[in-house]
Amino acid sequence: MASVPAVLQSEWTKIRTVASTSWTLVSAFVVTVAVGALLCALLASTFDDLPPTEQATFDPTLFSFSGMALGQLAMVVFGVLVVGTEYSSGMIRTSLAAVPQRATFLFSKIVVAGVLALVVGTATSFLSFFLGQALLGERATSIGEENVLRAVIGGGLYMGLIALFSMGVAAMLRSSMLSLGILMPFFFLVSQILAAVPYAKDVARYFPDQAGSKIMQVLPQTWNGDEVPYGPWGGLGIMLLWVAASLLGGFAVLGKRDA
Amino acid sequence: MIELEGLTKRFGSKVAVDDLSFTVRPGVVTGFLGPNGAGKSTTMRMMLDLDNPTSGSVRIDGKHYRELQEPLKYIGALLDAKAMHGGRTAYHNLLCLAQANRIPASRVAEVLDTVGLTAVAKKKTKGFSLGMGQRLGIASALLGDPEILMFDEPVNGLDPEGIHWIRNLMKQLAAEGRTIFVSSHLMSEMALTADHLIVIGQGRLLADTSMADFIHQNSRSYVRLRSPQQERLRDVLHQSGLTPVEAGNGTLEIDGATTEQVGELAAEHRIVLHELSSQRASLEEAFMQMTASAVEYHAHSAPGHGPQWAPRDKGA
Repeated sequence: MASVPAVLQSEWTKIRTVASTSWTLVSAFVVTVAVGALLCALLASTFDDLPPTEQATFDPTLFSFSGMALGQLAMVVFGVLVVGTEYSSGMIRTSLAAVPQRATFLFSKIVVAGVLALVVGTATSFLSFFLGQALLGERATSIGEENVLRAVIGGGLYMGLIALFSMGVAAMLRSSMLSLGILMPFFFLVSQILAAVPYAKDVARYFPDQAGSKIMQVLPQTWNGDEVPYGPWGGLGIMLLWVAASLLGGFAVLGKRDA
Repeated sequence: MIELEGLTKRFGSKVAVDDLSFTVRPGVVTGFLGPNGAGKSTTMRMMLDLDNPTSGSVRIDGKHYRELQEPLKYIGALLDAKAMHGGRTAYHNLLCLAQANRIPASRVAEVLDTVGLTAVAKKKTKGFSLGMGQRLGIASALLGDPEILMFDEPVNGLDPEGIHWIRNLMKQLAAEGRTIFVSSHLMSEMALTADHLIVIGQGRLLADTSMADFIHQNSRSYVRLRSPQQERLRDVLHQSGLTPVEAGNGTLEIDGATTEQVGELAAEHRIVLHELSSQRASLEEAFMQMTASAVEYHAHSAPGHGPQWAPRDKGA
C-alpha cells in the first residue's frame, strides 16, 4: 500500500501550489468577517428602532456570524475546486497512476483540505465573533457567557463541514462546473428560501446548512428561529451525516467509475 | 513484464477491447499498433488500473497494479500530455507526484533536465505547447526511474524535432534494458523504433510478432509492368507459368518474378514494354491490409482493393 504520510504530503503540496486555494480561503475569511462586521455596526445604530419582541430575543452571537451566509459560498468553491480540478485538468489519471489505492488517495486529499478549511473556518468564526461584539457595543455578549464558546467553535466546524460536503459532491459529480452549478444556488437560494416557506421548512430544517448552523445559535428562540426537534449538537450531527453520505458517495463513484 | 489475460472492456453494447491476451517482455521496445479507435488507449488505461476491465486481468511483474507499492518506481506512463493541473508549475506538478511515491525531490530537477524543461520549471503548465506538455508527461513517467515505460501515441502532434527526440529517447531507454511499450497508429513510426509488434483492430489481437518476422512476412516483392501489347504479353507470361494480375491503369503485377526474367521473356517474343520495375509493398500497406476488416471508421471513398495485396485505388 502507498505510504499514507507520503500521500498526505503530496496532497498538501497540491493544495498549496495552486492559486485557487488562497483566493477561495481568503474570500471565505474576508467576506464572512467584513459582512458580519458591517451588519453588526448597522444593527448597533438601529437597535432601538426594533420592536420589543425582537429586542428581547436578539442573539448577538448568531448575529455576528451573519456574513457566513455569503462567506460559506467561498468555502463551497474551495471544496469543489480541490476535488473538481483533478477531473477538469485530467490530473486525476496521473494522480491515480501514482496512488492507485482509491481510499488512500481520496481520504488523504479530504483530510488535508478538510483540516485547512477547519483552521481557516475557526479563525474566521473567532474573528467574526470578536469584531462583531466590539461593534455591537452594549448589545454585545462575551465569550464567557453560557453556550457562547460552543457557538463560536461551532461556527468554525460549520465552515469546515461545508467545505467537506462540497468535496464529496464534487467527487460524486466529477466536475467543478456541475458541482458549483448545483451547490451555489442550493446554499445561497434554495435552502434559505425553503427555510422560510410554511411546510417546506419542515423538510428544509434537515438540510445540511440549516441543521448545521443551529450550532451557532445561543438563544434557542431567536428571530425567525422556529423551534426544531433537535438541539445544536443534534443539528451538527445531522450535518455530519450529510457530510459522511457525500464523502462515501464520492468514494463509491471513484472506486466504480473509470478515471 | 506485463501480462494481459483475456482483457475485455465493454461500453454498453460496444466492445472496445475484446479478449486481449499478450505479454510485454523486458528489454525491448514493444510497439502497440492499431488504427484509431482500435482500443489502444483503453487497453493502456486498464493496464494502469484507471479503467476497470469488464473481464480479464493485467499483471505487472505478477502483481495487479493496485497492489504495487509506489507504482511510479515500477512503471511510468505517458497517457495524455495534458494530464496535469494547468495552474501549477511544471516543478510542482512533478513534485506532488514524487512525494506521493517517496521519490526524492532532487529527482524532479533531474527529469526536468532530461526532457529539456529546466528553463520553464517555474512556469505554470497551462501556457505549455503540446510538445512541452508531451515532454512534461515523459518527465513524469521517468520520475521513479521505472523498469517499465508506457507511452500512448507519444509523437502525436509533435514537430519533427520533437519526434526525433522521442524516438532517440525510447531507443536509449530500451538500450538501458528497460521495458518499453509504445502505442501508435503509424506503422512507419513503429518500423523505426519497435523490436516487437502487437497489432490490434476493433479491440482484437491481430498479430503478436517480432518486427523482423513482420517485415519478412509482409514485405512482398513483385514486378510491375506496362505494355501496349497487353493481351499477347499475358499469354506469354501464362505460358511461362507466371500469373500476372491486373492492377489498374494498364499495369500488370507479377508475384515471385524477377525483372530479368520478365524482360528477357518480352524480348524473346518481341513485345514492347513501357515499364518494367521491381516493387516492394510497404509495411504501411501490410498493416492497412491486416487491419482493413477491423477498421472502425472507414473512409468510404476508396472501395476497390487489389486481389490479395495493397489497397490501391483502381483508376481513382
